[in-house]
Amino acid sequence: VREFLILIIIVVLTSITYYFIEPFAHSEMHKSFPSKHFKYADLPAMQYKGDPVKGKALVMGAGACTGCHSIEVAGIKPSMTPLASAQAYGVEAPDLSDAGAVYDAKFLAAYIADPAKAMLVADKYGPNHPFPMPKFYGAGGNIHQEIADMVAYLQSIAVPKEKLTPKLAFETACGRCHAVHYENWTQIGQTPKFKHRVDKLEFDSKVLQYQTLLKKHLGSLPPDLSMYIRSRGEHFISTFVEDPQNYLKGTAMPRTGVNAHAAHQVVAYLENAGDPKKAERESLGKYVMIYFIIFVLAAYLWKREVWKELH
Amino acid sequence: MAHFTKATSVHDWLNQRLGIDAVRRVMAKEYWIPKNINFLWAMGMILAVMFTLLLVTGLFLMMYYQPNVHTAFDSVNNVIMRQVPYGWLFRNIHAVAASTVFLIIYIHMFTGIYYGSYKKGREMIWISGMLLFVTFSAEAFSGYMLPWGQMSYWAGMVITNLFSLGSLHANGLVEWIRGDYVPSQAFLNRFFALHVVLLPLAVIGVIGLHFGSLRIPHVNNQEGEEIDFEEEAKKYKSGDKKSSKVIAFANDFLSKDMFVLSVFLLFFFWLVFYHYEFALDPINFDPADSLKTPTHIYPEWYFLWSYDILRGFSANIGLIAFAFAQVIFFFLPFLDRSPNAVPARRRGLFFVWFWLLLFDMIVLTIMGKLPPEGSFRTIGIVAAITFIVLWILLPFITKSEKKV
Repeated sequence: VREFLILIIIVVLTSITYYFIEPFAHSEMHKSFPSKHFKYADLPAMQYKGDPVKGKALVMGAGACTGCHSIEVAGIKPSMTPLASAQAYGVEAPDLSDAGAVYDAKFLAAYIADPAKAMLVADKYGPNHPFPMPKFYGAGGNIHQEIADMVAYLQSIAVPKEKLTPKLAFETACGRCHAVHYENWTQIGQTPKFKHRVDKLEFDSKVLQYQTLLKKHLGSLPPDLSMYIRSRGEHFISTFVEDPQNYLKGTAMPRTGVNAHAAHQVVAYLENAGDPKKAERESLGKYVMIYFIIFVLAAYLWKREVWKELH
Repeated sequence: MAHFTKATSVHDWLNQRLGIDAVRRVMAKEYWIPKNINFLWAMGMILAVMFTLLLVTGLFLMMYYQPNVHTAFDSVNNVIMRQVPYGWLFRNIHAVAASTVFLIIYIHMFTGIYYGSYKKGREMIWISGMLLFVTFSAEAFSGYMLPWGQMSYWAGMVITNLFSLGSLHANGLVEWIRGDYVPSQAFLNRFFALHVVLLPLAVIGVIGLHFGSLRIPHVNNQEGEEIDFEEEAKKYKSGDKKSSKVIAFANDFLSKDMFVLSVFLLFFFWLVFYHYEFALDPINFDPADSLKTPTHIYPEWYFLWSYDILRGFSANIGLIAFAFAQVIFFFLPFLDRSPNAVPARRRGLFFVWFWLLLFDMIVLTIMGKLPPEGSFRTIGIVAAITFIVLWILLPFITKSEKKV
């Protein structure tokens, strides 16, 4: 009985100390925002149903998207390397093949109408430092209908939801600004295997040049995200991606406008980069627990056997 | 030279040369422990097992770790955590053991204080135990530098800065400790050397001293009763185990130890697999950056109470208070002036002193982690002053104690 009392006192004191130095202290030190489930409530709802056929004509023609963007699935190859693109715009102009699968439709519409505003970075740009992508001022018809058509077209060519892999989601939404060197990802793409040292130096030089341009464009180089799943955690990452201004007022990181599924896939990609042994850990853990439960029982029986003679 | 005969078995061969029967008798079969004990008496065994785990996992981690400021972080987080098979397991065990070992050390210490196990011939047990606490602390701190993350770097910066605070500023002590003006390659290398060679050797040496210091005064018991070990051992050996007040180390004491150990290990491995975050601070998963100070810098939880005593005051007074907190526990056997070596529960005011000290250290630990602002700061200062006052009061409280 006394032993149980001692155990209870130890457990209670340890738990109190733990509560205050871990969950409580961390909640005092780091603010946390609840997820808004990627609803983007501040953006206007889509009023028109888009027509992908008309959208295609706009994207290829009057919308002038393909002047800067490639759309590989539609046969429009990039006219520039990532580095040349960054030299022209500060950051590589993305390929639009899978934009419809990664970004929220409402966000895409708002983005086409006013990119910097939709990304919540309008204050960073002005006449002397314009946002690289111009606003869409309409092609002569109802501008809202035209935007809805273009969004519908982008959604029609993008990979279906179940084929949006974590890697594809990450590369489309984050990969032009963030490196993940544990996955050999650089801002200009996956690091290839090199046969000759000179090829590696050439590639590294391109990455460095790209990073320098990016740094000039954004003010600082976006961090490598290799260990972010461990240093920030899933909740921080997904709520930060949803609205970066929440945590870091004035940050150059734009709201990317990813939809809930794409955000989930991005987190999965980072989990695989920073904590790839999670599944192994959890499955091995079960067996180790079972082993020690048996150990406890065996040790108890042994103790009882030995002490029978002593009491 | 001794006379050797043709051995009849491997056992006999070894016995003639090494005296293994005698060793077994002295170390296990006839090493007497009081019977009147509770599970708190198993903490020593748990600590021995934890230290072994740390040693073994540490050895394997060292096979892949690179003590270089450019590669240290990735050798831990990429090579060990992602590439080496079960590297993550070794690191998790190492990190969780390094943290829980201090929980058990504190339980072990407060058990000693509660039952008066530092008095009447047991002073050296206490002092060698405190030496172990200090070497373990140094071992923990030096190990925390090695992953070279943000918290490694900045905790290293802040703690070594102690040696440049106040009046210590003038003599270049901090540069001598760091080997540079800021933590850098020289700093990482020397903490690596300390962590993997000098300090583990010191720990092993002091463990030997700690065990040795138990031999003559024997282990204390739950009631602080003075036992005639020879008389009781005779009773035990004659077969009257039931009324004897002593038990043999093996298998009597060992079986109880193993049971307590098994329960602890179940809890420990649950932490290792499912709840290791408390031992692997998130901020340390950002690589060290000398240009980016983290908003909150704090040591691991087991240093928080003394850290809070340090930061409660201005530089010079804080340093003195910190130094006081570091050494005062060593003097416990001499500050306790009471003639009684019995559990605190039977010692009147000392019982109150014991719980006040324990609660005060928990409060200090909590305030040491929280940002020192507003009421947290005030509570921290009050708790720091309380800590010092409690130790100053100890001789007076115990002097007035009546013999029980």
